[in-house]
Amino acid sequence: MARYDSLLDACGGTPLVGLPRLSPTVPEGAPPVRLWAKLEDRNPTGSIKDRAAMFMVRRAEADGRLRPGDTILEPTSGNTGISLAMVAKLRGYRLVCVMPENVSTERIQLLRMYGAEIIFSSAAGGSNQAVATAKQIAAEHPDWVMLYQYGNEANARAHYETTGPELLQDLPTITHFVAGLGTTGTLMGTGRYLREKVEGIQVVAAEPRYGELVYGLRNIDEGYVPELYDATVLSRRFSVGTRDAVLRTRQLVEVEGIFAGFSTGAILHAALAVAHEAVRDGCRADVAFVVCDGGWKYLSTGAYGGTLADAEEALEGQLWA
Amino acid sequence: MAIEVRIPTILRSYTGGAKIVEGAGDTVADLLADLDSRHAGLRGRLVTDAGVLHRFVNVYVNDEDVRFLGALDAKLNDGDSITILPAVAGGAFGFAAAAAIASHTVATRAAAAR
Repeated sequence: MARYDSLLDACGGTPLVGLPRLSPTVPEGAPPVRLWAKLEDRNPTGSIKDRAAMFMVRRAEADGRLRPGDTILEPTSGNTGISLAMVAKLRGYRLVCVMPENVSTERIQLLRMYGAEIIFSSAAGGSNQAVATAKQIAAEHPDWVMLYQYGNEANARAHYETTGPELLQDLPTITHFVAGLGTTGTLMGTGRYLREKVEGIQVVAAEPRYGELVYGLRNIDEGYVPELYDATVLSRRFSVGTRDAVLRTRQLVEVEGIFAGFSTGAILHAALAVAHEAVRDGCRADVAFVVCDGGWKYLSTGAYGGTLADAEEALEGQLWA
Repeated sequence: MAIEVRIPTILRSYTGGAKIVEGAGDTVADLLADLDSRHAGLRGRLVTDAGVLHRFVNVYVNDEDVRFLGALDAKLNDGDSITILPAVAGGAFGFAAAAAIASHTVATRAAAAR
């Protein structure tokens, strides 16, 4: 289907494309090992977060938490803010984003273009300052609605009802699903669906490993695991450093022509690892992985050109996924 | 050959500021016991009294989470690279602020309901 009543109706239904050049070669007579990319950059605002934003808003409307004219408050500097801004605009809500003042200008411009208001917290104060600012705003505006993507079941539900079924329909022979681990919504929802339908499916997580500066924790007890996370849904979990993520992001555009953001590079790194293991073990594999977004928003980092060491330095201290 | 262990900033007070230390052991549990013999107190920050990995600690063997490889019983080989990290997900800013607001909202509602 290629005709929709509105932009919101055009969310999901993204293409799954084969990667014939990046898929590992197998010895003659051995079963095939193939990589497939789910192009989530083809969503209305250009990222996989459109699915979660739409489901979270619709659920809040159905539950009566959101009424016309309400204000949504979301602390995000990333794709979720951009998706929510678009959905809020089309559904008649005001969106206020709280973000550190050191995020990229592309993100600020995109959010403002979609009509979001932005409250900046001091970058110098790190996450402690951001928490303080967010708490203060919530206290001053108790009527503002926070959808809280880290603990909102509708986030995972979006992928259980859409991403999972789309993958199974397009690739009934799927053996591995690889995605990024942030809110964990994509992996929990898609993973649960595929586990119900595909015997022996491997659900593989790739999490970005940032420079130490980004964590900014004072001790272990300040760590955080999103409420949505259920480790039993996963088969394996890889930590991918900046260098590997950049290397794979460049490889994806150079070899297969897919221009993606750096979180996709981290996911591809894990997908290639399981694909090469399948070749070594002589097993058939259809490895589907998520292309979270396009590379446009990250061009200003300069990390698409120059040496890998330069790129690593350019991304140091940034949230690249 | 030994096993290389990367220590996060917040635990370097136990390693005299060292970012990378070396250890030995056939399993993660053995390795942590070995490390604790030279860096007293380190193991106690990673493993709970119940003998499992602390909820907010992730340990990776060659970039793979040990919880999916047998946790503390995960087998190790000489030359493996271990990374210890605090558990954070989804971007430090987003989760910290979001979690703070969510807990604040719950507390406010509970107070209002009384």
